[in-house]
Amino acid sequence: MTAITAAAGGRARRSRDENVIRLLGLLVFVFVLMTILRPAQFATLADFNSMMRQFPEYGIMAIGMSLTMITGGIDLGVVGAANLSAIVAAKFLVAAVPPGAPPQQVVPYLVAAVGLALATGLACGAFAGILIARFNIPAILATLGTQQLYTGIAIGITSGRPQSHLPLLYSKVGNTEFLNFFPLSFILFVAIAVAAGFMLSRTRFGTSLYMIGTNAQAASYAGLTNASILLRTYMISGFLSSVAGLIMMARANSAKAEYGVPYTLQCVLIAVLGGIDPYGGSGNIAGVTLAILILQFLSSGLNMFNNVSNFYRDVIWGGVLLLVLVVNRFLSRRSERRAVLKAS
Amino acid sequence: MLSPRRVLGRSEPWVFAAIVALSLLIQARSGQFFTGNNLVDLARALVVPALFSIGCMMVIVSGGIDVSFTAIASLAMYVTDKTLLARGYDGTVLLPYAMSAGLGLLMGALNGFLIAFLRLPTLIVTLGTSSLYTGLMFGAFAASASDVPPSIAAHGKQILFTAVNSDLGLTSTMPAQILILAGVLVLVFFLLRYTMLGRGIYAIGGDEAAAERAGFNVRAIKMFLYCFVGVLAGVTGIVRISMIAYADPSTMLGMELPVIAAVVLGGTRVTGGVGTLTGTTLGVALMTILANSLILMGVPTYWSRAFTGAVIIIGTGVTAWQTGLTRRGGRALSRPATGAPA
Repeated sequence: MTAITAAAGGRARRSRDENVIRLLGLLVFVFVLMTILRPAQFATLADFNSMMRQFPEYGIMAIGMSLTMITGGIDLGVVGAANLSAIVAAKFLVAAVPPGAPPQQVVPYLVAAVGLALATGLACGAFAGILIARFNIPAILATLGTQQLYTGIAIGITSGRPQSHLPLLYSKVGNTEFLNFFPLSFILFVAIAVAAGFMLSRTRFGTSLYMIGTNAQAASYAGLTNASILLRTYMISGFLSSVAGLIMMARANSAKAEYGVPYTLQCVLIAVLGGIDPYGGSGNIAGVTLAILILQFLSSGLNMFNNVSNFYRDVIWGGVLLLVLVVNRFLSRRSERRAVLKAS
Repeated sequence: MLSPRRVLGRSEPWVFAAIVALSLLIQARSGQFFTGNNLVDLARALVVPALFSIGCMMVIVSGGIDVSFTAIASLAMYVTDKTLLARGYDGTVLLPYAMSAGLGLLMGALNGFLIAFLRLPTLIVTLGTSSLYTGLMFGAFAASASDVPPSIAAHGKQILFTAVNSDLGLTSTMPAQILILAGVLVLVFFLLRYTMLGRGIYAIGGDEAAAERAGFNVRAIKMFLYCFVGVLAGVTGIVRISMIAYADPSTMLGMELPVIAAVVLGGTRVTGGVGTLTGTTLGVALMTILANSLILMGVPTYWSRAFTGAVIIIGTGVTAWQTGLTRRGGRALSRPATGAPA
């Protein structure tokens, strides 16, 4: 038993390292390319600072998405949950905080609003998790449904209008920069990525996600309580979405039902690019983090070309997603063939 | 003969009952449901989603899922429209249909190639192509609402009959495009029921490995399926712009979720292998009546999206519950059963 797991672990680690090295190469390539094409703007300190403000919000959602994809599922409701959580917090702040209150008086309200948003995210995740784990609805359909439902509720309770006039203190705290350089959102992203990476590689729970993703039936026979593990996975995804929602709210200083709609596809793209197998069972946070950085470099670089329409971004995201799928397919075929040769 | 128990174990009777109950409710609240013009309006609103739902049902029956058909329809009709306008085309409406169908075929073939030959997951492939096609439309073609060639406009004015509501002084016209829907329904009915290709679609949805061993050419069937859905989407694109008389690139985007909801509501099993045209058409009818009658029922328009979400969740939940899919819990994608070397 231990020998088998050790051997499997060894193989997984090797292919994992290959993937991470490939992604590192791609990252360096994109970085050098953009530096050559736009030396005056790209990779300056100001540029790094603005990138650190942009990627945490979708990066955190992409981590949640990746966890669900490792179990063989998917969470298409991440953006809906993020916006709904932010709107709940914003509505509470607007309704509860007396106008013109001094900062000390606002602090407890801010804490309560953040708590409410996180609770909303957990509830959103739990709802999706129950649909998937208890009612056996395929994750794609359940989360297509929750995506519509959460966005719909968010539109319904706001009549589609953005929620602004938040207390100034919120965006002030949300946009704090440590050492005058590292934004709070970036610190949160690093903490979450480290925690998720630790959880996946060093805890029982993390291992059980891979087991369910590899073969749910075998995992269940091996004594895992699949339903409860899946439920918790989607709750984590919902929780991370609400953190992303709070970050978006701080950046825009408002909350709206339709912020960040393209992030859903982008999160799937990041997960696949980062080496998460869409059929479940493999992938890691190091790969996902590199994929996030590659995408951010590409995106920031594109911004520096004024003549490139924003819509080309859709073409690029879609094209990159398909290309990565195809390349991964061929690479995995090759390594499977190699494994077969070695075994015989 | 079907026993009552078998009849009630299916979805179609329940969807039909829901339509009847809903119709009576709306009739009771507004008194305007069973009027000629309301029924004709519903039929008019049903044509485009029903055309989409036929292809969508076939894909779900085969065990896949497609979210790119609205993007294919939009790009195919937009390129057709712009090309023909630029050349001052004023021939029959057959050429626009053929051209849009051809473009749809090409775009569907890309889906088919990635899914059938590279065995990539259908949801992620179609999410990717959908982004690619809409991006091309708005980026490369800088799409914005545009006129249509005269033949398409004339095609849009072809009506079968006019229904008049004398109480409110409203008239509604039955579009000729409903005949296209009827034609496609008949074609697909025969395809699914009487050809090996059609049986193959059900077979690979039921169990891909078993279908392969039974001698079905799984790759060819999937390739055909996604090409067919592309052609159907291309045709639907022209149907849509002829009915609204201008080519709006975003008029169909976002319809994919309600269509998937309608297909699932109509009893198509999301894990593949089960689904009927009757159920799908009833599902679309139910969704159309719901969407068109929210205001009649007093539901504020802001809540319509939450409503769609709830319908998807309840519809899929009931279907999943009914079929007791205990084995497949939590999986987004079923692994392709064949192809991996031993």
